[in-house]
Amino acid sequence: MIRFDNVVKRYPNGFEALSRASFHLPRGQLAYLTGHSGAGKSTLLKLIALIERPTRGQIFLDGVNLNNVPNRRIPMMRRKLGIIFQNHHLLSDRSAFDNVALPLVIQGYRHREIGKRVRAALDQVGLLSKEKAAPITLSGGEQQRVGIARAIVHKPTLLLADEPTGNLDPDLSREIMALFARFNQFGTTVLIASHDLDLIRITGHPVISLNAGRIERNELQMHAE
Amino acid sequence: MKPKKNRTRTQPARIRSTNRSAQRHSKLVPYLTHHLQMLIASLGYLSRSPVSSLMTSAVIAISLALPAGLYVALENAMKISAGWDGAARISLFLTPNTQLAEARALADRLRLNTQISRVDIIDRDTGLKQFQQISGFGDAIKFLDENPLPHVITVQPYDDRQNPDKIVRLVETLQQEKQVELAQLDMQWVKRLYTLLDVARRAIWIIGSLLGLAVLLIVGNTIRLDIQNRREVIQVSKLIGASNAFIRRPFLYTGLWYGLFGGLLAWLLVAVSLGIIAQPVQQLATLYYSDYQIMGLTPGDAGILVLASCLLGWLGSWLAVGRHLKDIEPS
Repeated sequence: MIRFDNVVKRYPNGFEALSRASFHLPRGQLAYLTGHSGAGKSTLLKLIALIERPTRGQIFLDGVNLNNVPNRRIPMMRRKLGIIFQNHHLLSDRSAFDNVALPLVIQGYRHREIGKRVRAALDQVGLLSKEKAAPITLSGGEQQRVGIARAIVHKPTLLLADEPTGNLDPDLSREIMALFARFNQFGTTVLIASHDLDLIRITGHPVISLNAGRIERNELQMHAE
Repeated sequence: MKPKKNRTRTQPARIRSTNRSAQRHSKLVPYLTHHLQMLIASLGYLSRSPVSSLMTSAVIAISLALPAGLYVALENAMKISAGWDGAARISLFLTPNTQLAEARALADRLRLNTQISRVDIIDRDTGLKQFQQISGFGDAIKFLDENPLPHVITVQPYDDRQNPDKIVRLVETLQQEKQVELAQLDMQWVKRLYTLLDVARRAIWIIGSLLGLAVLLIVGNTIRLDIQNRREVIQVSKLIGASNAFIRRPFLYTGLWYGLFGGLLAWLLVAVSLGIIAQPVQQLATLYYSDYQIMGLTPGDAGILVLASCLLGWLGSWLAVGRHLKDIEPS
């Protein structure tokens, strides 16, 4: 699903966020990306989401070489992804339902279809009863779950999460991680950036560790071997 | 986008159903629906800050009402002077001792001239009556012992515009007639008026273009602020795969609404201004023995005004969005 081939990302100020990173995340796999802040986790996710372009090397997403994707095709590539942010990026001026509906509206789904899918997604994260609520009236965990519902509502082939439990207490974090595991069981490929090592340990999924822009440890390889 | 409340839910949620494209075979209906939604949503967006929306529309309206008002003034001036169109008339003032019969004979002779299209004779009594009516000196003239006016023959030459020299020569020939005391060409001032109107028309075009440009900038600047205010929405939309066209759409419609309201308001401004002016103009016309009535914007003109305003609003927005949307990328 994702393949990194000697990917280097150097920012204009000279800082090298990723140094010759290579790994392969197979379809249907769930993996964690760990490392200290500044280790390159966010950069790696940004490269997949085409928010940044690599300085050198190649990235393949679902068989497509991202270097060959022109800017105008970026929206189409991003529609394959579901992205979950630490601060969930919900739009405060609309209801939970409308927030979750946004990817479907963007992709031109029909009205009826949108209603059905949004409710299904909200049901998945256990927030069906809160569809009319404004994001600001929801708790931190609930907001994060609305963000997750928005990321899965269009059935993405790859789910990316950047510190999804960063602001949550341990119980809620476990709940959220369990949710990701469930999506993975349904076949979605999931890549979660997190520094919550204790939490990651107990889930037992493979981990890619980054340190100062280098892949220090790649359990995916070990799984494969 | 809003769900209907009382709809029965089908099936328990199954997020990874396999049938992904089947329900999306026709994209046209959702596309048009989305356009309609954006049209209404952008109106809703404007109505959330009514004062600033109204102020923007008012600035557009004033910018457009000025050239539109000048245009109306010009149209009125053209209408007044339209009666004089092609009025290269030559007045032949005959010598005081010329008898009416001699004058008629001269007129008949002139009718045979191939350069002349029309000859009219105004005998001195008719002339005096007209003068009494038109000049406002009616009472004063009653005190005159005798009619001081000569007979006048008016001559309308053919082909007057193309060949001013020919007319000048004709005037010279007519001056040679022995009964003619003075042959006067009444064209110079008409020419001047037309030239003046031409200058005015061009000036209005320049003013109109400049103010149209101002409208572009006003809308562009307003939309730029809107874009900055909705930065977060744009970033999130881009991150979940919104195309540039999708993101542009609400802003373009916002610009269109600004243009529409500005245009309608400009129409209103012109109409109200004319209403205020109409009465004194009519009084002025009465003083000139005319029943002239001021002419407003025709429905066609008003339509063009509103349409142009909409277009300017849309275009201003398009320029702003093109410039500033690129700057907002997710990070």
